[in-house]
Amino acid sequence: MSSFSNEQLERYSRHIILREVGVKGQDRLLKARVLIIGAGGLGAPAAMYLAAAGVGVLGIADADAVELSNLQRQIIHGTPDIGKPKAESARASMERINPEIKVNAYQTYVSAANVMDLMADYDFVIDGTDNFAAKFLINDACVIARKPFSHAGIIRFQGQLFTYVPGNGPCYRCIFDSPPPPDAVPTCSQAGVIGAMGGVIGSLQAMEAVKFITGAGNLLTGSLLTCDALRMEFRKVRLHRRRECQVCGDRPSITAPFDYAAPVCDIAP
Amino acid sequence: MDNAAADFGIDLTVDITDVVCPITFVKAKVALEDLTDGQVASIRMNDGEPVQNVPRSVKEEGHKILKLLDNRDGTYSLIVRKVG
Repeated sequence: MSSFSNEQLERYSRHIILREVGVKGQDRLLKARVLIIGAGGLGAPAAMYLAAAGVGVLGIADADAVELSNLQRQIIHGTPDIGKPKAESARASMERINPEIKVNAYQTYVSAANVMDLMADYDFVIDGTDNFAAKFLINDACVIARKPFSHAGIIRFQGQLFTYVPGNGPCYRCIFDSPPPPDAVPTCSQAGVIGAMGGVIGSLQAMEAVKFITGAGNLLTGSLLTCDALRMEFRKVRLHRRRECQVCGDRPSITAPFDYAAPVCDIAP
Repeated sequence: MDNAAADFGIDLTVDITDVVCPITFVKAKVALEDLTDGQVASIRMNDGEPVQNVPRSVKEEGHKILKLLDNRDGTYSLIVRKVG
């Protein structure tokens, strides 16, 4: 017989019923390990759905503490959590949703010095960061470590995401060669963002992780999905790996992760 | 019922009379996933909602329903051959 307890059968019944998931898919979820970088607008819904889905080990990395201005969109944290480390606050919420899972909280910035170690034990990475320096770092590290990951970004009423799987479609650098000049693109704190935008895109990131783990359907590799919530339009733009890409190309010039300078406002809000 | 069920060469017997929808189907599905292609399960379920829904759901999963036996005690036994 299957090793699921009656309680597990009930908790995950809506998954197990699905033909594309079933007992085998749920079993894979319970044995999976996903690292979520950033416990903010994107990471919050992603972490909550993956915790609820029963992903066996979830890592959540964030160096910041919860602030009042976060709560409009970072729904994994509550008003009583203000001042607490986000990683710990997120861990508490995830364990409350599902005490069965193991959560590793990393109260640290992800940098070239620690990114390879951080992601080493995980099957899939979710980029829920809010700045280009971190996004390029995570991309480079995942390409070099041959680690699949979900990229996403949100600003104002817009969002985008795509999924990288080694040997299958482009990486972030194939699409965006290098970070834009400082202040060419405003950060969320300068430009604003609708809280639900994080919910839309972060939930799609969780969906990609679940599909990667269970093998259900087709991943968002080789395409960038953009969402314009004001017009309520989704566009799927087909994109290809660039052979001259600096990190995943045929002759890569980037062979180890490195740090770009983070925007000043991200350090001192 | 025992004689009738025996005709099918039952490999696994499951009782889902102690649970309600949707756990009825979940338990049936879990049992079927443990079988190999061609093996036969006997799934005992309550009259009413389970008998209306579980056989249909099992069929939708692609398995072959061989018989629904009335146990004459308010329960039925669904005889299913696993496919796939």
